[in-house]
Amino acid sequence: MKIILLLIVISLLVALGFLVAFLWAVRSGQYDDSCTPAIRMLFEDPQKQTKNNG
Amino acid sequence: MDSQTTQLERFAYDNAIVRNFAYATALWGFVGMLVGLLIALQLVFPALNFGMAETTFGRLRPLHTNAVIFAFVGNGIFMGVYYSLQRLLKTRMYSDVLSKINFWGWQSIIVAAAITLPLGITSSHEYAELEWPIDIAIALVWVVFGINMFGTIFKRREEHLYVAIWFYIATWVTVTILHVFKNLAIPVSMWESYPAFAGVQDALVQWWYGHNAVAFFLTTPYLGLMYYFLPKAANRPVFSYRLSIIHFWALIFIYIWAGPHHLLYTSLPDWAQSLGMVFSLMLIAPSWGGMLNGLLTLRGAWDKVRTDPILKMMVVAVTAYGMSTFEGPMMSIKAYNAITHYTDITVGHVHIGALGWNGMLTFGVMYWLVPRLFNTKLYSVKLANAHFWLATSAILFYAIPLYWAGFTQSLMWKEFTPDGFLVYGNFLETVQQIIPMYLIRALGGAMFIGGLLLMVYNLIKTVAQGTLVPDEWVEAPARVKHLAGKGEHWHRWIENKPVTMLVGATIVIMIGGLAEILPMAIIDENIPKIASVQPYTPLELQGRDLYIREGCVGCHSQMIRPFRSETERYGAYSKSGEFIYDQPFLWGSKRTGPDLHRVGGKYPDSWHYNHMLDPVIMSPGSIMPPYPWLITNDLDTTSTAAKIRVLQKLGTPYPEGYDLEANEDLQRQADEVAKRLRADGIDGEGLERKEIVALIAYLQRLGTDIKVPEKQRAAK
Repeated sequence: MKIILLLIVISLLVALGFLVAFLWAVRSGQYDDSCTPAIRMLFEDPQKQTKNNG
Repeated sequence: MDSQTTQLERFAYDNAIVRNFAYATALWGFVGMLVGLLIALQLVFPALNFGMAETTFGRLRPLHTNAVIFAFVGNGIFMGVYYSLQRLLKTRMYSDVLSKINFWGWQSIIVAAAITLPLGITSSHEYAELEWPIDIAIALVWVVFGINMFGTIFKRREEHLYVAIWFYIATWVTVTILHVFKNLAIPVSMWESYPAFAGVQDALVQWWYGHNAVAFFLTTPYLGLMYYFLPKAANRPVFSYRLSIIHFWALIFIYIWAGPHHLLYTSLPDWAQSLGMVFSLMLIAPSWGGMLNGLLTLRGAWDKVRTDPILKMMVVAVTAYGMSTFEGPMMSIKAYNAITHYTDITVGHVHIGALGWNGMLTFGVMYWLVPRLFNTKLYSVKLANAHFWLATSAILFYAIPLYWAGFTQSLMWKEFTPDGFLVYGNFLETVQQIIPMYLIRALGGAMFIGGLLLMVYNLIKTVAQGTLVPDEWVEAPARVKHLAGKGEHWHRWIENKPVTMLVGATIVIMIGGLAEILPMAIIDENIPKIASVQPYTPLELQGRDLYIREGCVGCHSQMIRPFRSETERYGAYSKSGEFIYDQPFLWGSKRTGPDLHRVGGKYPDSWHYNHMLDPVIMSPGSIMPPYPWLITNDLDTTSTAAKIRVLQKLGTPYPEGYDLEANEDLQRQADEVAKRLRADGIDGEGLERKEIVALIAYLQRLGTDIKVPEKQRAAK
């Protein structure tokens, strides 16, 4: 059943990756504001239909 | 605020790619569900197998599951991600070329699957049936999708990553790792391979993958879609943004560990079973947190739900998510699993998820999104409402009969007379009891497809009355970065350099390659040994590969659980040491027919011959399809040497140089089987060269390795 050690190691690595991502998210201020993101995503961008030349 | 914030940049969202994925979602959804309806009807009317190899249940079932999961839901994921990612990050996708490669690559893979699976080209691992060349193609297209997604994230104009994007990222990362690990195999030929692991280890890897495929392909990306499209459709912010963040991190941390709940009461060590069970039970907390967050988003907007079919569909989707994530942990409790496993309850459970959660959310998103892509309104709200009611009742018509059938059959399997004999000793009786349920289930499936067709008609009309906005021009300010960190944070450096990211990704892939070598190195000492268990003979090995080709594992388990009701019916319970040469493992997860682990020696060879020619000859009323081509096809023995060599590489102790002698042994054993068949009055030109002989040899070998000592014990 050494395979389970392997799977645990892989799973731990995945979990570790997620942990790093989580710490990054917290430390870089992703979660400083837990109120406005939910509202901001509702706003549609003003459309500029006419010009195609960028 | 400096001048940065006021300078607006002009750019265009790519709507054409979203439209392409939407069309593909509808098309493959129809195809996948139609195949599902066909195989559901085959269980009631076996004549619908049409007497052709390519259209038998065993080969079409993986086509159905793959089409629905990877073609319907897969395209649904891309549709939703390509639409929402651009808008959440206020930028166009990183590369139009990569978007196109993603689209056409994925569709080609689906077509390849639709061709190879009916041809019997399969690895037999559930939800990972596709053979190695297609697996490589999947990996490549998935990496293209990843580069495109991360590229978009790096060039974003919005600093904050909305919670939906976190779900997309977790999906990509985990599916990559799962896919690579699951499909470690050594090719025998272009369309055949043996997996790196055997028996109980292969089973563990399979369900580590299988469960997480449900988690990270059917769940996390769709949760991302829920967090974007539900608030959008309701025009309300999500109930609690904070809860959504907790939901995300808790869910992905716990999900990875729950796989062994698919292997309760099998030969997997008990402690691993318990680990899977505990984590599965814990999963209910984040899952229900997410469900409630979705439903409560509609607080104060329930009046809209009354009239808006899009919101109705989303409510049913989120409710179905809640139901199946309640059911899942319950089914992971051993006492309940003892009843539900191998029965139609599992099939009902996954369809609450697939039809309810994935299906209804996809429909809701498509009704919301397609009119916007074409700058018009939905053609008919009334028709969409009709679709909603048809689909919702379809789910009930589908699931309830299957729960009923599952409980009925499971209790019949376990029922004893007062004298201690099985009441239903004949397995077939328990099958015939539930066939009416199968018929109602097929009706439910047909209703669901009917609903889908209503949607297709509605959307075609919608598209016709609008005009596609292939590039949606908008304006947004450039990205303003947080000034929170003290000095330059190391991550910011990576973020700004896609090339660095690519290097990082390569390193990760190399670690994957290392992990490929590692199990090879330790595989020898991995094998628990029972002295009497020997490798398969060449003929049995070829027969086993026919068993895999025909998809027998879809209906027959090879895993007798340690219950009296099972040992009484099938024989001694299965031990892990019996499977060390099983590459792949064939434990199965559903008993539409009886378990076959100890079928060896139970019937004479001629019984199997007649049974495969037409099952109703030997078992009147059987719903198993006939396999006449096994009797007419010549066995392909050219692959024997290559197969032996690959297995030697993987640790099976065939003697050195055996690959060259194997076919002599094969023919000797085939002659013996043919002789026994002839003695029973079965004759045919070149009988000893036919496929049926190999299959019989394999079936007669099953479970017999440890029967010998039992007989000796009985004699003492």
